[in-house]
Amino acid sequence: MHEIKVERPMSPSLTSWTFFVEHRAEILSATLDHLALVLIAMTIAILIGVPLGMFIVQRPALRTIALGIASIFQTIPSLALFGFLIPIPFIGGIGKRTAIVALVLYALLPILRNTYVGLTSIDPAVLESAEAMGMTRAQILIRVRFPLALAVILAGIRTATIITIGVATIAAAIGAGGLGTFIFRGVALVSDALILAGAIPAALLALLADFLLGLLERRLRIS
Amino acid sequence: MNTKLALSDKETIQFREVSFHINDIPARAIVSCISLAVSNGETLVLLGRSGSGKTTLLRLINGMLLPSQGEVLVQNCSTRDWDLIRLRRGIGYVIQDAGLFPHFTVAENIGLVPSLEKWDRYRTAVRVGELLTLVGLDPSEFAGRHPRELSGGQRQRVGVARALAADPPILLMDEPFGALDPVTRAELQREFSALARRLGKTIVFVTHDLREALLLASRIVLLEAGRIVATATPQEFLRLDHPEVRAFTSSLAVPSGIPA
Repeated sequence: MHEIKVERPMSPSLTSWTFFVEHRAEILSATLDHLALVLIAMTIAILIGVPLGMFIVQRPALRTIALGIASIFQTIPSLALFGFLIPIPFIGGIGKRTAIVALVLYALLPILRNTYVGLTSIDPAVLESAEAMGMTRAQILIRVRFPLALAVILAGIRTATIITIGVATIAAAIGAGGLGTFIFRGVALVSDALILAGAIPAALLALLADFLLGLLERRLRIS
Repeated sequence: MNTKLALSDKETIQFREVSFHINDIPARAIVSCISLAVSNGETLVLLGRSGSGKTTLLRLINGMLLPSQGEVLVQNCSTRDWDLIRLRRGIGYVIQDAGLFPHFTVAENIGLVPSLEKWDRYRTAVRVGELLTLVGLDPSEFAGRHPRELSGGQRQRVGVARALAADPPILLMDEPFGALDPVTRAELQREFSALARRLGKTIVFVTHDLREALLLASRIVLLEAGRIVATATPQEFLRLDHPEVRAFTSSLAVPSGIPA
């Protein structure tokens, strides 16, 4: 309490800057933790979402169910989702594993939906030609639909990545580490410097991911 | 070609009392009671207004649709019994928008069926060069381009080359020149007419343009509301006395008031 009173009259930007400089090693390590959390969750989400999207294109009956379930996960507030997962055996508990499960569930909808939309919104004339030329369904999927859908799929991955970077800060609430640790501590201690130490790197990560994936997406887009 | 000789030739495609209904509901017939034989090497033009069932007939030939009643025979085998992948690889297909694969180069587009048929790379490359030359495009200039870098007419030329790639005995064409400007269309029609005579393929060509039908056809089949109303050579066709024929021939007339 005394310390805070002393710091109050100083400009918040100056105290934040001092805090950043003094704690740069910790901030960097938390940023790397955060990045690891996001990369692991995104890898799993892509490995599930893209094949599942390809699968539901062939099975229209499963489409509504798969997209419906993915949408439900997305509507659960993130803090609640983390809370719900804690008591579940194997995937639950406190720590990184639970956080990754929650992040995967969050990232799934944009990836799954864009994969499905990308694969199904291809020029009908192109698909008609492919069929008429004697390509099998599998060949059409792999050699025509998938390459033409790639830019749209990547747009979904980009959206999912940005969501995941944001949501991952909340994962600190269940002990998963990362940049959220600073934010939660900052909220508890009413310290702008601590909150910014978590929020600024998280925002920069999101901007960087958006920029790099956007660059890749533009390269893949076929006019 | 002598028509008598053509008739005695083996019939490549045969429709036997074919009907096609949407979802097998007879009330929603697209084509009804079609009996038709296409002889080896002829260019049969299916002429009709939009919705007359021309495209449906075409799609019944390569098994993209299967008849609700009757049967379609290709080389004496019903499309129900054909391995459809094999059947389609032996039938070239050209549609209005060409349907070129936008992520493939011109060479990759043309070489697709050969690549599916596991031709080696050298043989495919030679074939692509031959075909581009055949359709009037310089291989060194066009082989590496993407479809978006081509004009509408060039795209259609590539579409024809792609359909011919594996040298199929049958060619199906669905208004291939329909979306082109009139000058380019006339140019492609003339060239294709010469090409068709030279290649000796069995061609089924769908159009709603009588002028195009007269130029290309060895025989014209006129469709109206899913039924065949007339079958004639181009010379006979103009003399037929049927309301739908007159509707088409009057579309050829030069607008009045324009000095000749």
